[in-house]
Amino acid sequence: MTTVSLTVNGQSVTADVDSRTLLVQFLRDTLRLTGTHVGCDTSQCGACVVHLNGQAVKACTVLAVQADASVVTTIEGIAQGGELHPMQAAFREHHGLQCGYCTPGMIMSAIDIVNRKGNALDEQTIRAELEGNLCRCTGYHNIVKAVAAGAQAMAQAPLQQAAE
Amino acid sequence: MYAFDYHRPTSVKEAANLAGQSEEAKFLAGGHTLLPTMKLRLAGPASLIDLGQIAELRGIQRSGDAITIGAMTKHAEVASSADIRAAIPALAELAELIGDPHVRNRGTIGGSVANNDPSADYPAACLALDAAIVTDKRRIAADDFFQGIFTTALDEGEIITQISFPIPAQAAYAKFRNPASRYALVGVFVAKHAGGVRVAVTGAGSNGVFRVPEMEEALSRNFAPEALDGIAVAEDEMNSDIHADAAYRAHLVGVMARRAVEAAAARD
Amino acid sequence: MTATGIGAPVRRKEDQRFVTGQGRYVDDFNRPGQTYAYFLRSPHAHAKIRSIDTGPATIMPGVVAVFTGDDLASDKIGGLICGWMIHSKDGSPMKAGPHPALAQGKVRYVGDHVAVVIAESLAQAKDAAEAIVVDYEVLPAVVDTAEAAKASVQVHDVSPDNTVFNWHLGNREETEAAFARARHVTKIDLVNNRLVPNPIEPRAALGEYDPGTDAYTLYTTSQNPHVARLVLSAFIGVAPEHKLRVIAPDVGGGFGSKIFIYAEETVCVWAAKKVKRPVKWTSDRTEAFLADAHGRDHVTHAEMATDENGKIIGLRVHTVANLGAYLSTFSSSVPTYLYAPLLSGQYDIPAIYCEVDAVYTNTAPVDAYRGAGRPEATFVVERLVEKTARELGQDPAEFRRRNYITQFPHQTPVIMTYDTGDYAASLDKALELADYRNFQQRKQDSARRGKLRGIGFSSYIEACGIAPSQAVGSLGAGVGLWESAEVRVNPTGSVEVLTGSHSHGQGHETTFAQLVSDRLGIPIDQISIVHGDTDKVQFGMGTYGSRSGAVGMSAIAKALDKVIAKGKKVAAHVLEASEGDIEFKDGKFGVAGTDRALGFGEVALQAYIAHKFSGQDLEPGLKEGAFYDPTNFTFPAGVHICEVEIDPDTGVTRIDRWTAVDDFGVIINPMIVEGQVHGGIAQGVGQALLEGAVYDQSGQLVTASFNDYCMPRAIDLPSFQVGMTVTPCPSNPLGIKGCGEAGAIAAPPAVINAITDALGHEDVAMPATPQAVWRAAQKARMPMAAE
Repeated sequence: MTTVSLTVNGQSVTADVDSRTLLVQFLRDTLRLTGTHVGCDTSQCGACVVHLNGQAVKACTVLAVQADASVVTTIEGIAQGGELHPMQAAFREHHGLQCGYCTPGMIMSAIDIVNRKGNALDEQTIRAELEGNLCRCTGYHNIVKAVAAGAQAMAQAPLQQAAE
Repeated sequence: MYAFDYHRPTSVKEAANLAGQSEEAKFLAGGHTLLPTMKLRLAGPASLIDLGQIAELRGIQRSGDAITIGAMTKHAEVASSADIRAAIPALAELAELIGDPHVRNRGTIGGSVANNDPSADYPAACLALDAAIVTDKRRIAADDFFQGIFTTALDEGEIITQISFPIPAQAAYAKFRNPASRYALVGVFVAKHAGGVRVAVTGAGSNGVFRVPEMEEALSRNFAPEALDGIAVAEDEMNSDIHADAAYRAHLVGVMARRAVEAAAARD
Repeated sequence: MTATGIGAPVRRKEDQRFVTGQGRYVDDFNRPGQTYAYFLRSPHAHAKIRSIDTGPATIMPGVVAVFTGDDLASDKIGGLICGWMIHSKDGSPMKAGPHPALAQGKVRYVGDHVAVVIAESLAQAKDAAEAIVVDYEVLPAVVDTAEAAKASVQVHDVSPDNTVFNWHLGNREETEAAFARARHVTKIDLVNNRLVPNPIEPRAALGEYDPGTDAYTLYTTSQNPHVARLVLSAFIGVAPEHKLRVIAPDVGGGFGSKIFIYAEETVCVWAAKKVKRPVKWTSDRTEAFLADAHGRDHVTHAEMATDENGKIIGLRVHTVANLGAYLSTFSSSVPTYLYAPLLSGQYDIPAIYCEVDAVYTNTAPVDAYRGAGRPEATFVVERLVEKTARELGQDPAEFRRRNYITQFPHQTPVIMTYDTGDYAASLDKALELADYRNFQQRKQDSARRGKLRGIGFSSYIEACGIAPSQAVGSLGAGVGLWESAEVRVNPTGSVEVLTGSHSHGQGHETTFAQLVSDRLGIPIDQISIVHGDTDKVQFGMGTYGSRSGAVGMSAIAKALDKVIAKGKKVAAHVLEASEGDIEFKDGKFGVAGTDRALGFGEVALQAYIAHKFSGQDLEPGLKEGAFYDPTNFTFPAGVHICEVEIDPDTGVTRIDRWTAVDDFGVIINPMIVEGQVHGGIAQGVGQALLEGAVYDQSGQLVTASFNDYCMPRAIDLPSFQVGMTVTPCPSNPLGIKGCGEAGAIAAPPAVINAITDALGHEDVAMPATPQAVWRAAQKARMPMAAE
C-alpha cells in the first residue's frame, strides 16, 4: 500500500492504495465519486475523463499513485453553488446526451477543449477535438451543438472557469 | 493488473539505480501503452519506476540548429511549443496527430520512442529528421536506434533523457490513421536537409519504421511530388492486417509521401 | 400545445442528474459485504472440457468461492432459453442446443463461460481465475456463415448440419410465376456484416440474498427487468418470481444487447445465496466484445423482378443467418418474423418469397441489435431497388415513387397490413431538403477536385410498436408484448406513473410526463415516471422494437382515461352534480354550462379524504392501472438520402450531406425524436463504413477492442438534416408510430447506394472501409484503363 494525498474537487483527500489502483477506481471505489465512468479497457472511449492539474486525462490510464500531490476535478466538481457549469447547462439545453453514460467524460473534455481552443469553436474543430470520446446514442449531432453553445456561454461566465 | 512495486525517483541516476535492483522493472513514462497492456494482463512487471517526477527529463530547447526535447515531454507540449512550431512545424503537427487530446496530455516522446511501436508516429520523425536519441549513457543516431518492431538499441535499464532533432530546411508528416485505433496505418515523414532528403515510413513496414532510399534520392534531385512517380515500396515488406493488406499499405505509402512533399513544399 | 405538453421540445427532466454525475448505473451500486465475480472464459472457439481443477484457485488470497457448471447443475439451475419457437418448412421445431450458464463438458465460442471466481476484490478474483486448470480437447471450429451447414464441425449434437431451422415466408408459386413473366430480373448478393452493439456502459449485475426473507435482489443492466425476472424464475429456476426483485436503474444504452438474459446475471443471483454475500460483476469492454450478443450476420442472395412498365412484380430472397454458438433470448425471431415481413418495403410487390436458413457457428450468440431484422430486410430491398433502377436506366427516386404503395390499408404478401403512410410526401420533402436538383453540379465540383461524389437513397419501412400479443403468439413468441401502466395520483395532486417500459437513454421521464401533463393539465414537475424496479412497477415487457411510445405510452393513456373517469365521479359528489354533467378540461373538473369547477389537485384531495361521498357509492383514492395490447404493428417509414465524396487515392469516404425525412406519426417531443434519429443514423453509418466483427478461422475474435473494432466518432459523421412528415397511426390511441430504430434501419443502404453511385459499380460490401473502397475504386477504373 502507498499513501496518496491529493485535492479532489477542492477537497484534500489522503488514502492508502494498492499501487495497481487506477485513478478512476480510486475516484469511484474509494471516494465514491461515481460520476466518472469506465467504458473500455484500451483508453479510447473517454467516459472516464477528468481534469488532472487542469488538463483532461483518461482516469483509466493513470495510476492513483501517479496522481499524488495533484489536483483532480471530476464531473461532480464543476457546478458552483448549485448552478450548473455553462457546459453542463449547454448539454441539457441542446439535448447533448441520451443515456448519460458518456456525458461526464464528454463535458470534462468539452471544457478542456474550450480551455485550449477558446470560446468560438467551429463544428469541424469540435468534431476533431472529440476524437477521444465515444458516444453510442446521440450520433454526436447535438453534442457538437452543445459544445459550441457551452463554449460561448463559458465566455460569459469567467468566474466558473477560474474556479478550477 | 498484476501487483507491482511502485517507485517514484526524482533523478535519472536514482531511476537507473532502481532499475538495476530489480530483474523485472519497467519504466513508466506517460503510461498510455504500458498501463493498458498491464490492465489486460499482457504485461506484469514486478516493479514500475515512474519517471514523472524527474525534472531533468522535461523541457524543450532550441540551440543553434537543433531542437532538443526532454524524454518526458508530453505530446501536447510538443504540439503547442512555439519554438517547435517555428523551427520544425512538421514535428508539432505530428504530435497533434497522436491519439486524442487526453492521450497527448499524458503520452511522452521518450516513451513513444523507447517503445518503438511499429505504428507509432515519432519513430518516423526521428528517422527522417536524423535525430539523436540521448540516453543516460550515450547518444544514439536514429538510424542505429530503431531495430525492428518494439526493438531498439537501448540496453536493459538504459533511460532516454532527450531527443535532439536537427532543424531541416523543409519537412512534413502525412498520416493515414487506422480508423479504429488512430495509430498510423501509414505515416510518412519527409524532411529536406542541407545534405539531402530523408523519407521515413511508419505503420506500414512489417519490420517497423523504415527509410525509402529510392524516394530520398529522387526527392534530393527534385523536391516535388512528381519526383515520386513510378517509385513504389515493395509489397512483400509491408504489414498486413484486417485494416489494410500489404498492397493497400504499399499504395498508401506512395500517396502519403506525395502529400507530405506537397505540404513541405507549400510551407515556403 | 402547452409549453410542456404533446409536441413541445421539453428539455429532459433526467438530465440534471446525468450532467452532474449523479446518474446511478448498476456499477455505481455497492452493497455491504459485497464480493466480486470474475468469469473464466474459454480461450478456444470449440473444445471439449476433459476436466476443470478449481483447487489451486480456491486457496488463493481473497477467494470466497469458485463454481463451475457442475455446481449449477447440482442446484438444478436450468440453462438459458430462447423464447421464440420457429418451425422449419417441414413443420419440425427449431433445433435448440443446451445453453448452460456455465459450461458443461464443452465450450462453443471464445468467451464462453467456464467457471466463476468470487473474491474479496476483482483483482483477487482475476488472479485466482488464472490458477484454475482446465484440460481442453480443442476441436476444429466453424465460423463462416455461408459454410456452416456444409462444415464437418458440429456445434450441437441436436443439429448434425449446424442448422437451427430452414424457414420460409410468402408464396413460392406466385413468386416463381412473377419471375417467369418478368421483363427484367435484377440479382444481388449481400453480406449484412456482424456488429457488436457496444453501449458505452458495459453490462453489469449485482446479486444479493436476504436469508431473513429468503428473497433475492438483482441490480442489472436490463431493458426489461420484469422479463428478466420471469425468465430467471420460471425457466432458469434461480428464485421464485415473488422472491426475486430485479432493479434496472439508470442504464447506459442498450440497443438490444441488454434485452437478453445472460449467464452472468444468472450466476450472480444464484451465487449470492451460495456465498451468503452480495456478488457483483461488471463487464470490461473485452468481455463485452466476446460475450454480449452480437447483431446482424446474414448472407443473402436476392432477386427482384420488374415488368415492362418498370413495376416491381416479384421478390425472392434466400438468407443464411448466423445465430452463433447458442440461441440467445430472442435470436430466432430476428431473421424470421422481424425480417421477412418487411421485405415488401414501401413498395406494392404482389409476390414475395423468402427462405431463411439459420445456422450455428462457434461465435458469440447473435440476437436483436437496433432494428433487429428490419435493417437486414431494408438493406436487401433498398440495395435491390437501387440496382434495379440503375439497370433500367431510371432515376432512383422516381423508380421508387412509381412503385410506392399509395392505398391504405395495404396487405403485403408477407403478413403485414400497413395501416397508413404517405411515402411520396416524405420523398418529395427529402428531395427538396437534399437539394437533389443540384446534385450533378456538386458532382462536377467534386470531380474537379479529383473526388468522386455519389448519392444514395433509402426508402425504409419498419414494423414497430411490438406487438399484438395474439399475433406474435401465433408466430411462436413465448410471451405477450403488451405494456402496462399505473397512474398514482397523490392527495396533493402530484402524480407518479409506474411504467413497464424502461428508459436507457430514450428520455421517458420527460416524454411520458409530457403526456400526463397534457392530459391532466398539471405541471410537468409534479409528475414522476417510475420504471425499472419489479418491486415498484406492476409488470412490464420493457423497451425494444420502438415500442415505448406506441405501446408503453398507450397504456399510460388508457390509465389516464380511467383516472379522469374516476375524477369525474369524485367531482360529481363534491360539486353535487350528476356525473354525466362533469367535464374535464384544462385541468379542471367542471359542471357543464356553469362556472362551478374543481382543480385537478382539489379532486385528488377529495378522492383521498373521502368526506363528500360514501364508501358504498365510491371507493376512495385515485389510482388506476391499465394493460394495453396493440391491435397492429406500427409502420414508421421515411426517406433518407446520403451524399458521399470519395477520395479515390486513399478510398476514404466522407459523408457530405445527410437528409432524413421520417413519418413517425404523432410526435410527443420533437427534440428527443430527432435525437433518436441522429443516433440511429450514426449506428447505421457505423455499420456501412466502419464496424464489423471479424473472427479468424480458428474462431478468435480479431476485433475484440476499440483498437480494432471501429466505433463511429464525431469526426466520422456530418450534422444531419432531419425533417418530418406526419400520418397519425390509426392503431393506437396516441397516433404514435415509434422512432428508435429508424436511423439504423435506413442508413446502411443509403450509404452503400451512394458509394456504388459514386464508383459506378455495385461491388462494395459493408463495412466500406477505406481499403475496400480504394479497391473498389481501382476496379471501377479498370475498364477505362483497358480502353
